[in-house]
Amino acid sequence: MLNIIVFLPLLAALIAGLGNRALGNVAAKSVTTGSLFVSAALSWLLFFQVGFGDTSYTQPVFEWFRSGDLVINWALRLDTLTAVMLIVITTVSALVHLYSWGYMAEDPDQPRFFAYLSLFTFAMLMLVTADNLVQMFFGWEGVGLASYLLIGFWYHKPSANAAAIKAFVVNRVGDFGYSLGIFGIFLVFGTTDLSLINETAGEFQGRTFEFLGYQVDILTTLCLLLFVGAMGKSAQLGLHTWLPDAMEGPTPVSALIHAATMVTAGVFMVCRMSPLFEAAPAALTVVTYVGAATALFAATVGTVQTDIKRVIAYSTCSQLGYMFFAAGIGAYGASMFHLTTHAFFKALLFLGAGSVIHAMHHEQDMRYYGGLRKEIPFTFYTMLIGTLAITGVGIVGVFGFAGFYSKDLIIESAFAAGSEAGYVAFAVGVFAALLTSFYSWRLMFLTFWQTPRWNESEHIRHVTHSEDRTGTGGYKPHESPMTMLIPLGVLSVGAVFAGYALYYPFSGEEQGAAFWNGSIAFNVELMAAAHHVPLWVKLASTVAMLTGLAVALVYYIWKPHKPAAFVEQFRSLHAFLMRKWYFDELYHYLFIVPSLWFGRVFWKRGDQGTIDRFGPNGAGWLVERGAGVARRLQSGYLYNYALVMLIGLAAAAAWFLPRAMGGE
Amino acid sequence: MPILSIMILLPLLAGAAMLIWPGSEAARAGAARLAALGTTLTMFVLGIILWLGFDLNIGGFQYRENVALFGTFFSWSLGIDGISLVLIMLSVFLMPICILASWDSIKTRVPEYMAAFLLMEALMIGVFAATDMFLFYVMFEAGLIPMYLIIGIWGGAERIYASYKFFLYTLLGSVLMLLAMMYMVNVAGTTDIPSLMSYDFDPDVQFWLWLAFFASFAVKMPMWPVHTWLPDAHVQAPTAGSVILAGVLLKMGGYGFIRFSLPMFPDASVDLAWVVWGLSMIAVVYTSLVALVQEDMKKLIAYSSVAHMAFVTVGLFGFNQQAIEGSIVVMLSHGLVSGALFLCVGVVYDRLHTREISKYGGVANVMPKYAILFMLFTMASVGLPGTSGFVGEFMVMLGAFQASTWAVFIICTGIILGAAYMLLLYRRVAFGVITNEAVKTMKDLSPREYACLLPIAGAVLWMGVAPNVFIDPVRQPVAQIVARLAAADAPQQRIVDALPAAAPTAEPIEQTEAAE
Repeated sequence: MLNIIVFLPLLAALIAGLGNRALGNVAAKSVTTGSLFVSAALSWLLFFQVGFGDTSYTQPVFEWFRSGDLVINWALRLDTLTAVMLIVITTVSALVHLYSWGYMAEDPDQPRFFAYLSLFTFAMLMLVTADNLVQMFFGWEGVGLASYLLIGFWYHKPSANAAAIKAFVVNRVGDFGYSLGIFGIFLVFGTTDLSLINETAGEFQGRTFEFLGYQVDILTTLCLLLFVGAMGKSAQLGLHTWLPDAMEGPTPVSALIHAATMVTAGVFMVCRMSPLFEAAPAALTVVTYVGAATALFAATVGTVQTDIKRVIAYSTCSQLGYMFFAAGIGAYGASMFHLTTHAFFKALLFLGAGSVIHAMHHEQDMRYYGGLRKEIPFTFYTMLIGTLAITGVGIVGVFGFAGFYSKDLIIESAFAAGSEAGYVAFAVGVFAALLTSFYSWRLMFLTFWQTPRWNESEHIRHVTHSEDRTGTGGYKPHESPMTMLIPLGVLSVGAVFAGYALYYPFSGEEQGAAFWNGSIAFNVELMAAAHHVPLWVKLASTVAMLTGLAVALVYYIWKPHKPAAFVEQFRSLHAFLMRKWYFDELYHYLFIVPSLWFGRVFWKRGDQGTIDRFGPNGAGWLVERGAGVARRLQSGYLYNYALVMLIGLAAAAAWFLPRAMGGE
Repeated sequence: MPILSIMILLPLLAGAAMLIWPGSEAARAGAARLAALGTTLTMFVLGIILWLGFDLNIGGFQYRENVALFGTFFSWSLGIDGISLVLIMLSVFLMPICILASWDSIKTRVPEYMAAFLLMEALMIGVFAATDMFLFYVMFEAGLIPMYLIIGIWGGAERIYASYKFFLYTLLGSVLMLLAMMYMVNVAGTTDIPSLMSYDFDPDVQFWLWLAFFASFAVKMPMWPVHTWLPDAHVQAPTAGSVILAGVLLKMGGYGFIRFSLPMFPDASVDLAWVVWGLSMIAVVYTSLVALVQEDMKKLIAYSSVAHMAFVTVGLFGFNQQAIEGSIVVMLSHGLVSGALFLCVGVVYDRLHTREISKYGGVANVMPKYAILFMLFTMASVGLPGTSGFVGEFMVMLGAFQASTWAVFIICTGIILGAAYMLLLYRRVAFGVITNEAVKTMKDLSPREYACLLPIAGAVLWMGVAPNVFIDPVRQPVAQIVARLAAADAPQQRIVDALPAAAPTAEPIEQTEAAE
């Protein structure tokens, strides 16, 4: 069954990709979408078997390669952690496939698009079913490839191409760390097998090895190297710059890859290796701080963005930060819980945004939205649910939307962890919750409330042919087709109930341990402590959420002229946030410019100016000076060279051979 | 049946026949093309027979042939081990593709061109199959002659300068190597390579012998800073010339290191590994950055070849099973992938007659099938898992990490830079909107071009997903080399206990493959 779940999407991708135009749009779309629904159905089946039963196994496929004592297998591993990822991936992927029927209906290249989507799903499934680090790397790079292809799907757009390359190369920086981590792990453990590494990690605690000339702690170093990979894939502060740009891709791609699945691969990896990380507390502290920093950074930037997809992208980045600091303090169950609920409500928000963009004729700037509540009600209500879920609306002890359970659990766990890093993460988590609430509601208010500002948009004016830049310009937004609305509906159900339904299995003290069944380092004490934090801690995030909502209400409903005044007053702060803390500019001058400069210098000054000048050209010049023969040689017929070569050889042989034999 | 001799003589005879074949210019050209294709395909079949009959469990040389020519010191002595086998397979696999790639694009002096390729094939087999040191030397040096001819006669505008540079570099190395060989024969009293591989030279002398061979092999690899002949040679060579140059000729340097430097001078190899690591580290960063700013497609791929070859040298001097096997896989993979990339350049060059990247753009619009294959080879070059490019580089770095974490740390940046320059190239050629009107008229791949690219694509994926079949032949020979290197105290990482204040006398507690 696991085989079918994983390889069916690959088969579908191959059929749709190679068949392409010969196959036709409908056939290609049916094959890929159909396969994904089959995979999704089977995944749910497995999830109940594994999560609430006691099944877990590794199913070998065939040997990939071996060398000396290195043996790498293609194998599919199934345990609770995998099963959770399976349902997340296949469900969201199937819904995104379906959604794309409507969203991509007018695209001339649909088979290619669906083939890429299915290919991505396959790679992601290989990643989460991996039994060893190398196969995980295969999935890791496979999803990177699919992401690259899909971000650059509209390859006539220069911005899309640039974003695709940026995504790939920045991820490669992460892979650089991840690869070194694998090499180090093989050096220390003599294997890349996940279960063996996790089982024996404890033995290496406190021991050192030589890395780059220093004696360093083994486990800390290895975990940090692996974490660099996770930072790349999951867009953590420092390696996050590709994610907002990745919004150049079609919106279903953003929902599937850049919100629900691929970007969570880093979190998954840390959870998968959690016994190893548990043995390296110093590394975990770093994970906590990086996660917290990202949660804060991305939330601040998210508050000023005007592109609807970019707001959600920074929101994703920020939520990933939450997942990481949850992992960093040892609350892996909470981390995976948030990963799961986030997949549903973030995919929902992205697909909802896609529906808005679809309605607004490809306009993505929220400044040109407004008043859409009545025009596209279904989209509005589903996005409202998504917003309630991400901001964490709920009443303690009664009921709440998905984020209420998962995000609050993370914040409570951080407090319960009791460490310095934990308290910092707690404070950051609460503050970021305020920001989350603010930017999410800001998005909602700008889009669905206020007065319509549609005709300020170039895209809309393109349709209305009206030069009057105020109001609607006579434009009539249309609700999306059923293929797009059904996924929104299904995901809404997830956004409402996922938190309520999964809270105890994922994080209950005894249920959690039984559910995870050793697939992650589930910390019962921490979870117990998290459930019994003081009431003010439990209420802190709700208060933060309400504060964010209140500020958004004031600024975007009651006094809509206020934001402009605020920007006027804090111009440099606004610019700082608008320019995303100047990371892109910094990297441009720190890496790109010097790389190109060194490239040119090495080429012109190094190769041509030094090596060639004093090497072959210099030799040629000397020879030319020495004898006129050389000139004739240089301009002469090429056979001469061959002749010279042969004669030289023969002469050398004639000279040396007898001597060699004579010397005997 | 002396199959190795047949594999050397068959292309020689076929090539000679082409040169003297009577008839009109056009008739001779047609006959030469067919005959060359027939010969190279026969060679491929012979290669498969060779492989099928090869015993994987034997580390030593098989298919031995020996005919004494000048006493005992220069004999027609042939034989192959697994390392030779896989490189011979690479040669005979690429050769028919080269002939096909030249089918239409070479219009002048076709019989001579085909004969030159067949001569080269014979000499390449000779290099990999020679078990007499002087026979190896003759094949090794003579192998360049047809390459000079191919560049010099059928090459581009600057062909004379390119072939002159090529000649000058290789000359320097080969003279030193010949001197070293003379000395070795004097001391060891034999020219038999298998015997020399187990002969223990005085470690002090090894130092000088190693350097002399290094001079030759480093140029052939090519290693930084003696790499500058390669971009010029590639740019000037016709497509098929580039394919063979990158595909097989560059492998001769690596083969030389495995066959001579490592087993014959293990002590010097260990002592001087830092030289190789240092130059390789520079090469990866330096040439990758240079590749980043190239405007000429072929130059870009040529510089990337230098970077990839640096992985080979680091792997060879990683001194363990994974690293050395990985190096061989990188050689095979690079042979396929860079060959295919040069073919891809050739495909668009035949249509637009320029290699300048900026003249292209939007090719994917008019040549979607080409774009798919080009993407596959780009990804293989970048080292995406699932393609051949990954397996080798991964094994190299994983193995070499035990010898030098610094070397791996630096060359690992190649996976970042490699992605940058290859994806930029791909973007500038295939993606974007068409700006050059001429691009609009470009037609997608012809059946002949499919016949060139699809077999390589298949091999690249095969080697990426299930490469064991290509690694199996080299396991035994590599194990023998590793054993010799271990005896020479090759550096291997060890894990040392932390030094807590209470117990300052921690001992090394575990050694991975430590030699002591």
